[in-house]
This record gives sequence, C-alpha cells and structure tokens, in this order.
Amino acid sequence: MNARILPLYATVVIFLIAYLICYIQFPAMLSTRVIGNLLTDNAYLGIVAVGMTVVILSGGIDLSVGSVIAFAGVFVAVMLRDTGLHPLVVFALLLAITTAFGGAMGALIHGLAMPAFIVTLAGMFLARGAAYMLTIDSVPINHPFYDMLDAYYRMPGGGRLTLIGAVMLLTVMAGMIIAHRTRFGTSVFALGGGEQTARLMGVSVGLTTIQIYAFSGFMAGLSGIVFSVYTSSGYPLATVGTELTAIATVVIGGTILTGGSGYVFGTLIGVLTMGLIQTYIVFDGSLSSWWTKIVIGMLLLLFILLQKGLLTLGQRQRNAPT
Amino acid sequence: MLLTVRDLTKTFPGTRALDNMQFDLAAGEVHALLGENGAGKSTLIKCLTGVHARDSGRITLDGQPISPGSTHDAQELGIGTVYQEVNLLPNLTVAENLTFGRQPTRFGLVSSRRMRADAEEMLAGYGLDQVNVGRELGTYSVAVQQIVAIARAVALSGKVLILDEPTASLDARETETLFAVVRSLRDRGLGIIFISHFLDQVFSLSDRLTVLRNGQHIVTTNTADTNRVDLIHHMLGHELVEAEQRHVARTGGAELLTFKGLAHRNRIEPFDLKVRAGEVIGLAGLLGAGRTETADVLFGRTPADQGTATDENGKLDITTPRMAIAAGFGYAPEDRKTDGIVADLSVRENIALALQARRGWARPIPQAEQKRLADDYIRKLDIRTSSAEKAVGDLSGGNQQKVVLARWLAMNPRFLILDEPTRGIDVGAHAEILRLIGDLTDQGMSILLISSEFDELMAASDRIIVVRDRKHVSELVGAEIDTDRIINAIATRGDAERATS
Repeated sequence: MNARILPLYATVVIFLIAYLICYIQFPAMLSTRVIGNLLTDNAYLGIVAVGMTVVILSGGIDLSVGSVIAFAGVFVAVMLRDTGLHPLVVFALLLAITTAFGGAMGALIHGLAMPAFIVTLAGMFLARGAAYMLTIDSVPINHPFYDMLDAYYRMPGGGRLTLIGAVMLLTVMAGMIIAHRTRFGTSVFALGGGEQTARLMGVSVGLTTIQIYAFSGFMAGLSGIVFSVYTSSGYPLATVGTELTAIATVVIGGTILTGGSGYVFGTLIGVLTMGLIQTYIVFDGSLSSWWTKIVIGMLLLLFILLQKGLLTLGQRQRNAPT
Repeated sequence: MLLTVRDLTKTFPGTRALDNMQFDLAAGEVHALLGENGAGKSTLIKCLTGVHARDSGRITLDGQPISPGSTHDAQELGIGTVYQEVNLLPNLTVAENLTFGRQPTRFGLVSSRRMRADAEEMLAGYGLDQVNVGRELGTYSVAVQQIVAIARAVALSGKVLILDEPTASLDARETETLFAVVRSLRDRGLGIIFISHFLDQVFSLSDRLTVLRNGQHIVTTNTADTNRVDLIHHMLGHELVEAEQRHVARTGGAELLTFKGLAHRNRIEPFDLKVRAGEVIGLAGLLGAGRTETADVLFGRTPADQGTATDENGKLDITTPRMAIAAGFGYAPEDRKTDGIVADLSVRENIALALQARRGWARPIPQAEQKRLADDYIRKLDIRTSSAEKAVGDLSGGNQQKVVLARWLAMNPRFLILDEPTRGIDVGAHAEILRLIGDLTDQGMSILLISSEFDELMAASDRIIVVRDRKHVSELVGAEIDTDRIINAIATRGDAERATS
C-alpha cells in the first residue's frame, strides 16, 4: 500500500469513530441540522485551511492568514459603510489586495532566501495593523446583498446547507484539483520534497513560491469574506490565532508538516473533526470550551507520532529488498 | 567524436582545478574518469554540465561548440547527469518523477492515465517490470531510484550520460543490474562517462579510461590495454623517487592500545590494530577503501558494532568522540573546513575548543589562560596569523591545519589520528607538518597517519597498513616499506573478497 495515503485513512477513521461516539451519546448528532451547522460554522476555517495545506505541502508556512481574515472583514465592512460600491466590486478589490499581499510575501521569501516563518510573521503584524488602521471598532454590515448571501438550501431533515458552507465545499474541491491534478500542484509537492532537487528537475522555484503564497493570500481573503457573511460585521480583533488552528487542521488532516506529502481532502476532514469536538462540547453543555483545545492538542500529538512512525516504516520498506 | 574537450582551464581562488584538460568521448562507449580527490574529475563534469563556467578552452558536442550555462541548458543540449545521491524526489510517484516538467495535460489538468503510460514507456527496456510507476519513488531501493534517474536523464538528454559514482551505495547484485542497463544504453549509441573509484568496476564496465591528476590530463587508454598497477601509478603519481624514509622502525615502544576485531557493518570489515607508544602508523589505500572509515570507528564517530579496545588499564568503551577524547585520543578529520575548524571563531577559541569540551561548560577556561595557550601554540607551530583573535576562516589552509593540530596538542593526547593532514596546503607547510609529526612521536605520542601521498606516508611512518575494499589487507614494517609493495597490495584484485555489504 502507498504509505503516503495512510495518514489520510487515519484521519478519516478517527473522524468516523469520533462521530460514532458522539452519536451513541447524543443520537441527535446524526442529523442534517448538525451537519449543516458543522459546514457553516467552519466555512471560513475550511477555506483558509485549503490555502494553508498548499503552503505546508510546499514545505512552507503562512502565519499571516488570521490577520488577513480580520483585515478582509474590516475592509469589506468599512468599504460598504463609507462608499457606495457594490459588495461584489469590494470583494474583487479585496481579493486582489490579499492575493498581491501573499504574492509579495512569497517574493520576499524567495528573493531574500528568508524563512517563511519570519516573513509571514511580519505579514501577520502588518495585516493586523492595517485592520486597526481602518477601524478599531466592530463595524456592522447592513447591505441588502448580504441578506442574499445568507441563502441556504434546506436539506431533508431540516438541516441548512448555507451558501458559505457550499462555498467551502467548492473551495476544497478546487484545492484538491489544483494540488493533485495540475503541474503547479506537482511543483508544490516537488518543492516540499526538496528545493534543491526540485530546481534541478526544472521547477521554477521563485515563480512557484510566489504563486503558493498568493494562493494562500487569496484563500485568506475569500475566508475573510465568508467570515464577514457569517458574522455580518468586520472586527479588527477577530480570528486571532486562526492561522494556528488552520495549521492544526492541516496536520490533523494528514499533511506532513515538513512538506511534500498530504491531501487537501484530509484537511476538510481535519476541519470537520475540530468542528465535531466543538459541537460535542455544546451538546454536553457542562464541559468548558477549553476542552476543544485539549482534544486538539492530543490529536496533534497523535498525528505527529503517526507521521514519525510512517517515516520510519517508509525507510525500513526502502531498505528491504524489492 | 561525440564530445570533445580541448585545453579546458578552470581556476578557483588559490588553485588551478583544471589545467589544459583534454578529453574525448565517442558515441557508443563507456569512458571511465579516474583520479583521486582533487584531481579535477568533478570540476570537469561541472564544466560540462554548466555548473561552472570555464576560464578558457573549447567544448564541442556533435562538432558544435557549446557552453552550457546551467544544468538545464546542458540537459537541453543532450548532456544528462546522474549523481551518487539520487536527484529525484522520493515523495513523488515514479511516474511523476519521470515525466516531471512534461506531464501530459488535458484541459490544463494532468492526465494520470497518460502520465502512467508515458512513464511505463520510458522505463521499458530497463528491466524494471516489477516497478509500479504509480507508487512513490521513495518506497523503492536506491538501485531502482538510480535506474529511474538514468531513464529520466536518457529520455531528457539522450546523447551523453554522465554517471557520477552511481554505485557508491549499491550492493554487488544491484551494481550488476545497473551495469546491464549502462551496457544496453551504450549499445544504443549513447556516450557514457563513468566515474568510480572502484577499479574492479572500471575494468568490468569501461571501454576506455582517462586518468586525471592535479587538474591535468595524465593518460587516456583503452581499458583492455592497461592494468591495475599502471593505473594506480598514474592516479597517485608517484615519481619513483625514493623519498627519505625513517626505516628506523621504532617498534620497541610499550604497547599503548590494542583494538581487536573492530568493525562497522557497512563501512569497515573487522580489523585488529596494536598501537605502540611513540610510533607512526601509516594507513594507505585508495579513496573509499576504508581509510577514513577506520579512523571514524577508532574515534567513535561511527561507533564500532563489534570488537574491543583496551589499554594498559583494561577495556575502553568508545562509542562517541567524547569518550574517545576522554580516553586520550585526538582526531584531525579529512575535511578540515566542515569537520575541523569553526571558521568564524578566532584562533584562540578554536585552540581552546577541545580542552574546554573536556572540562565541561561549568568550568570555563579563563581568558588569560586561553590567550597563553593560543600564543604558546602560535609560536610552537609557527601559525602565521596577525593575532590570536583573527577568525580561523581567514587563515591559509596550512595554518588552519596547524590550528586544528594545536587544538589536539593542547589536550596532550596519547593517540592522535591525522586524516590527510597535508591536503590543500603548500609545500612549505607540508614539510613543517611532517617535521611536527616526528617531534610529537619523539615525545612519546602515537600517531595514525592517513594520506594519499606515498612519499609522505613512507617518510613519516614506522609501519604502513594497506586497506582495500574496506579491509585491512597488508602490513609493511620498516624496511619492507617501498612503493612497489604498497601498490601491489592496493592493486591485488579483490573481486572474490569484495565486500558485499
């Protein structure tokens, strides 16, 4: 069996077992209502995690996305409040800004040969600061177009598949195609496998790096739009630490943190697993929400151990005669 | 001629890596490139593959002058290279590796079915029928990866194939498989440049061979018209001038250390070694034959997996360099730049390093004492530096080597291992270091000297141990030491006893 796919299986199995446990305790968990809410509540996280998956597959990291989401929300809210622009125009502007922002970080990472960690850390402060420059308050969004964006499809059983939930699912699908079925995607995996070798094999390292962080910036912008729809407001202090949650979902989704191996689909399961834990805590009612963090911490640890084990296994497999 | 190199010269600061090099490669031949470290093999390859720009000279391919500016250029021109370290991506599938950069697409999406078909076609004829191109490359053995790399290089380039030490990490059976592939490519008309320091492999695979030494072309000949003894003469360049020899083998010293049956599974076969006080033991052999490997095992850098070490007080337990230092060993490794000096630290700090390590961090050596120590050795070893505070990286090679020596001398070791102590340093410093070796042994220190230069070994050693194919094969004492005996010991064919690890 292909060792690369094992972490994905592990992710899916853990999710199913977790769901089973929830179902046994609270049979109501298995309803389209819960599933619909799971998608809606985690839509922004799922979208940004797709971008993060591509970044991590390439062996990089993007710490700026949480701040970029907050900036996006504030930008949209302030623009809608202060200008007469149609939301769609504002969205296009915003996506252009965040994509360029990501691309610029990619160019710096490549051009200065700086660690992505440092460059995107700077990006994190910059974007957060920019959000504060626009406003320090929570700005509500009251636009008729936004009411339309709250649209949903009523599934059998009464659950709501909201527009933003559907956008998240579409984003995941697009991410899967980009990562696994395009030359760009192969280049991303190649970078994660080893930059030097990738260069020797003909990957244009600079261009690919820029594209990767631009992609992540685009996803962070889109996630910010979805978050603004979800909360109907923009707030500069929102989504602090979301970048770390996104990294956690990527790792729980079976992508190896050092890059070069993983699946975008796994990230979706990682996001849903996180959502599931939160839902369980809500259902239970007596548990503190901090339990989410503890369970996520344990899951992360488990996956790091699993990855280490797989690496050893892979080495042993290679040394065995073929 | 498929590829010709005329009057190629390449200089790096301080060294002339290639000096009027001449080289020819015909289509349909395997041409071996031989020479010790620093002979210029890799510089020649790097000039051919566009990694280095040449200073002067001409390279033609199919009669057309070429000057590749990058490996990519060279590839496009038809020159593909496969290195010892497989330069493919283990995390991608075999098919992705083979088709990388040229994946067949449909509406912008990679068509995995057609990619698999392409990959299978590229691999046809390489005897890799059991390989599933949809699996990750990393799950296959190095031999398979090596052949996949060759298949990719051939498909991309298809005129000249350069194999740089391709067999270094393969066992005997895998090597045979690889050779079968190389022979069939030769029969298809490719020109193949083969670099290896295993003479057996050179004789079994190559049609012609070229020997390089000190950046110069020494000889090109048909492999069938030469023999191992001649080759080694060419490679090592001993001018048959009898060097000044010690010959007063001081084998009378007390036994200091006894190593019995030391071995490391992949690196060196079991060997015994007795070290007497105040003697110099020379270690001769070709590159990769087990010289450095012996030193690494003795010093605990690659801990022995069997065997024992004892001194007059009983058993020594040496599994890390730290333990070796505690037992009074010192080791100046071959690669001074990466393993010996800390280039950014000052002369003083470099000299105090090992002593400080032994004392532990809790008991720092006072500045004044460090200074005294450094000044002392700068004077004793005649280290040319403007001050003890100068960064070691700014000194010349010979002076860097003296700093490494000073570091160990400050420890006052009883057994010092010197791996190629004179490589890359000028003639004057060379003589000084040899004189120093003599002085140290007069004071009772025992030294294991590893060197590719016979003159040096013969001049300094009381005994010479010859290694071949990861084995200690012969020992010459005192008057027995002469060039012919050493060369014969190195050259004796070792197919039957070849290490199969």
